[in-house]
Amino acid sequence: MSSVLYDAQGPRAKRRNVLYSVLFVVLAAAVLWWVITGLNDKDQLAWDKWKPFLAGTEAWSTYLLPGLWKTLEAAALSMLIALPLGAVLGIARLSEHAWIRVPVTVVVEFFRAIPVLVLMIFGLALFSGYTNVNSDDSPLYAVVTGLVLYNASVLAEIVRAGILALPKGQSEAALAIGLRKNQAMRFILLPQAVTTMLPAIVSQLVVIVKDTALGGAVLTFPELLAAVSPMASYYGANTIASFTIVALIFIAINFSLTTFASWLEKRLRRGKKSTGAVLPPASVAGSESTGATL
Amino acid sequence: MFDFLDRYDLLAAFWTTVQLTVLSAVGSLIWGTVLAAMRVGPVPVMRGFGTAYVNIVRNIPLTVIILFSSLGLSQTLGINLGATDFQVINFRLAVLALIAYTSAFVCEALRAGINTVPVGQAEAARALGLGFTQVLTLVVLPQAFRSVVGPLTNVLIALTKNTTVAAAIGVAEAALLMKQMIENEAQLLLISAVIAFGFVCLTLPTGLILGWVGKKVAVKR
Repeated sequence: MSSVLYDAQGPRAKRRNVLYSVLFVVLAAAVLWWVITGLNDKDQLAWDKWKPFLAGTEAWSTYLLPGLWKTLEAAALSMLIALPLGAVLGIARLSEHAWIRVPVTVVVEFFRAIPVLVLMIFGLALFSGYTNVNSDDSPLYAVVTGLVLYNASVLAEIVRAGILALPKGQSEAALAIGLRKNQAMRFILLPQAVTTMLPAIVSQLVVIVKDTALGGAVLTFPELLAAVSPMASYYGANTIASFTIVALIFIAINFSLTTFASWLEKRLRRGKKSTGAVLPPASVAGSESTGATL
Repeated sequence: MFDFLDRYDLLAAFWTTVQLTVLSAVGSLIWGTVLAAMRVGPVPVMRGFGTAYVNIVRNIPLTVIILFSSLGLSQTLGINLGATDFQVINFRLAVLALIAYTSAFVCEALRAGINTVPVGQAEAARALGLGFTQVLTLVVLPQAFRSVVGPLTNVLIALTKNTTVAAAIGVAEAALLMKQMIENEAQLLLISAVIAFGFVCLTLPTGLILGWVGKKVAVKR
């Protein structure tokens, strides 16, 4: 195989590759050995540190699953609220009237420039100090508020890019058969743009799921990450094991979402019914590709 | 109206934010480039490692990584990166965690950039008899770097905002100061506006200047 970087390999290159492989494996094994001895010295690999997660349901039913439920609840709520809001903002950014387009652009750019955590801290102070939301619920409200404000702005960009990615002939043809601008948007452009944007929207879910962990670390929102410290204290300082399990759960959720997004993208590119315009998951600043998230 | 600000060191907090950003940016550019080289290189073992690293790290929340660096590395395993002071330890751990996390995104941005270089460029370079390292450093990477200024700018802006997560392990940066100010003062809107303004000042010019640079240096094809 030949790529932009190297040609199909001959016998010498193959030998050299084997040498590199061996060196790399030795290096990796050395690092791994160093990590394992380090963990062993601190007694973090003992079976009873890992037992609660691998053999028994108590850790799962008491800490992990309720935390996971909170994580998914916050993520789902945020997505459901942010999506329509983002769609409205995105369409408003495409408006021909400056008095709509300019303020919306300013709002979207503002919320994309502010860290999610700052929005969440603001939300928590707002809900606990200035509203009569019950204090048990205010972390959830704060997390969802922060996520909605930020992700609606990112989704607005995705919607805008999705509509702009459609072939120009679509809107021209719509206007040519006498549809008004808003009819063209409603009946022709948006329905096609939705399929175009699906991969990017699924990728944005990954960002949202990752960001919920902020609520656990800073706002006392009882989600998956927040389950680590009570678990570590209850099961005898198994910090490493607790973190590993929580990280694995996050990886499982997000990896399946990412895989689903790229499968969708491939499928839409091949699709007969669409225009073939697809917004790849990594096309908008602030989306998954840039890690504009936590 | 703004006189309560005199009691807090806003500039020091934002200076910490800037330090976190710059140190992590330099570190993740280096490690991310190494990862990208592994992912596009001819050695299958290294390719596998790079792919695994990116897929694992990208799917863990940064908050988990940063908390792990403090609770796991420092408090459980006693890895303090050569510091004794609590603030310094956590600052260094935060930089380490940010580098580990951001590198995955830097790697992906670079890889996308490498893929925009036409195969003909590399074939011409190889026809001149340049080896893999020479093709990479003299022909492909210079062109790739020019086309990744835009994506890398987005990563840098994201990194600037991500430094706030260091507040979770007590690094005295802008978000932590905001939290303290809100607890002590009844000035929610003012405090939030000041902090938000600070971040807009950091991210907006970065985006505008580097966006312009990106347009200017992009290889016209």
